[in-house]
Amino acid sequence: MKTSRGGTNNLVSGAKASADFEEVFLPHLDAAYNLARWLTRDPSDADDVVQEAFMRAFRFFSGFHGGDSRAWLLKIVRNTCYTWIKKNRPREIIYELDEEMHQATSGDPATVLQENIDRQLLRKLLDELPPAFREIIVLRDLEGLSYKEISSVTELPLGTVMSRLARARQRLQRDAAASATGVLG
Amino acid sequence: MNCEDARPLIDSFADGELDLVNHVQVENHLEECLACDHAFRDRSALKKALADADLYFRAPTELRSKIRTALSEATTEPIYKRFFKSRWLPTLAAAALLVVALFTTFAILRPANSNDLLANEMVSAHVRSLMDKHLMDVPSTDQHTVKPWFEGKLDFSPPVVDLTQQGFTLIGGRLDYAGGRPIAALVYQRRLHIINVFIYPTQDGNAAATTSTRQGFNVVRWTRSGMAFWAVSDINAGELQELATDLQS
Repeated sequence: MKTSRGGTNNLVSGAKASADFEEVFLPHLDAAYNLARWLTRDPSDADDVVQEAFMRAFRFFSGFHGGDSRAWLLKIVRNTCYTWIKKNRPREIIYELDEEMHQATSGDPATVLQENIDRQLLRKLLDELPPAFREIIVLRDLEGLSYKEISSVTELPLGTVMSRLARARQRLQRDAAASATGVLG
Repeated sequence: MNCEDARPLIDSFADGELDLVNHVQVENHLEECLACDHAFRDRSALKKALADADLYFRAPTELRSKIRTALSEATTEPIYKRFFKSRWLPTLAAAALLVVALFTTFAILRPANSNDLLANEMVSAHVRSLMDKHLMDVPSTDQHTVKPWFEGKLDFSPPVVDLTQQGFTLIGGRLDYAGGRPIAALVYQRRLHIINVFIYPTQDGNAAATTSTRQGFNVVRWTRSGMAFWAVSDINAGELQELATDLQS
């Protein structure tokens, strides 16, 4: 009798853990998918990565002591993405950008961004950005994370988040301007 | 604040991520600097475009249920975990131990398959023969030299066949000992590989060639006309079977 009661308790606590987990993390499924989709650039790969990330997150759930659950989950999604890309597309470059090299080009080009920049074009340009630029724009401008949250997702210092985001947008803006003049010319 | 200080802060300013002091300073600078204000407007336009462009990918609905299913599967406690929590575990462990002990005893006492044992002996004999100067007692490529040499040394006369034509060169013969009796060993060579063919009389009837592998060596055995044959070598099984066929013909 005692044995079966112990077993039932364990089952209940297991089910409870999963219910707690779902309550905290399933609301961030879109955020997880959006990041995975932009990093893998493929719907079915994003699907796989997100599932794997959720299972990982569930395994680490006991290590989550409250706080920013979205950032906590996105950090796992991001790591899962990069591990996945390294394993499945070994040729794809996911290097960290050389901060020094890009620092030199911090002057803004005097371009006027089109008021109604073409949606498809913007999607394409974002898609073609280097991963480190792409992810920071996705996290900030699509997901709306604060700099502090981005810093905890990417494990980058706050100052780097700040400068990298500036450079990423500058690059995107320049690409947009180049495409616009390219179309006009 | 001048342009040099203000420019790197424009994105943080547009994002509302600057502390109050810096925020006010950038704001003041933008009021008096047209170029920086221009840059700020560009950034704001880009931010707006990104927000409006519908770039956000929402998770497919079936993904949510897939994850739910996976989670519930993960939380259904695996049998082995429940097993380890069982208070019958010590009893079960003792029972398992007893079973293992019985099987081990049985395995030790069980008479091993005699062909298995012989095959091991043949492979050992082959390995021994490859050690320095153990290969041949009578080095000769002539079957008419090798065959008489066995006379008086064995209580049977092994068939000695030259297979040079077939690509197996007879290079000599040797006395060996296996299965509790002296046996004949014919040594053939193909390329750089040595093949030992062990022969001894047997009561068993004719049996077709069967191939096995032991310690990386191929072993082909067959019985013919009251003689048991064991060919052992490191050449591939196909070639060894070829030799067996040639010896039988």
